[in-house]
Amino acid sequence: MENKMKVEFDSQSINEGFARVAVAAFVANLDPTMDELADIKTAVSEAVTNAIIHGYENMAGTVELSCVLTGQTVTITVTDHGKGIEDIEQAKMPFYTSKPELERSGMGFAFMEAFMDEVYVDSAVGNGTCVKMEKRLGRRDES
Amino acid sequence: MECNYELKDGCLRICVPKELDHHCAVGLRMEADLLIEAYQVRKLVFDFSETEFMDSSGIGVLIGRCKNMSYSGGEVTAENLSERVQKIFVVSGLHKIIKIETKEDN
Repeated sequence: MENKMKVEFDSQSINEGFARVAVAAFVANLDPTMDELADIKTAVSEAVTNAIIHGYENMAGTVELSCVLTGQTVTITVTDHGKGIEDIEQAKMPFYTSKPELERSGMGFAFMEAFMDEVYVDSAVGNGTCVKMEKRLGRRDES
Repeated sequence: MECNYELKDGCLRICVPKELDHHCAVGLRMEADLLIEAYQVRKLVFDFSETEFMDSSGIGVLIGRCKNMSYSGGEVTAENLSERVQKIFVVSGLHKIIKIETKEDN
């Protein structure tokens, strides 16, 4: 059975916490472990922070966040209609950052990939970026 | 943002807030740098006892402070890491550049 939710919020950094908590509360339906929940919150935080800092470059905009639960699989999509990414492979490289002056660690995508099972990035310069992440829960019970 | 600072004998102890994300990182960085410069801090301690959440923005703040402290010959340590924060340190490789003090060391 599928269950989904979608929220939209302004691209303000104060909403990063809201985004994490919204997804965590929704995913709680699947009875995840504390660790799985923390992994998901970290990945959401990374994607939303990217949308705010890089997508909209701290200007006004709307971030769309959706979450779909299919069986034990969580699929999270974070979309912005900001500037887009020129070179996705470069953006994904650990420690690469387009904004060293902001003291970014360049670990955003690396964290998403470390804490989720799949990360897909779709981006068009001038149109925005969509990050889709998947995580299968409950693998501790599989044998 | 709520963040507590303790200054004693050239050592600045930063009580890292409950959630260290980009939103909170901006203020923390500014306040810490002001204090480090004003009081010529030689030792910086990040105390994570209260911290439940940290993402890569937090890593950026820590790496940045490490760099600044190393220019001035200072020292940076992290204390009281929860299991989660420890995981973030390991995934990012931060444990290789910041000394982590565990309870046993104290």
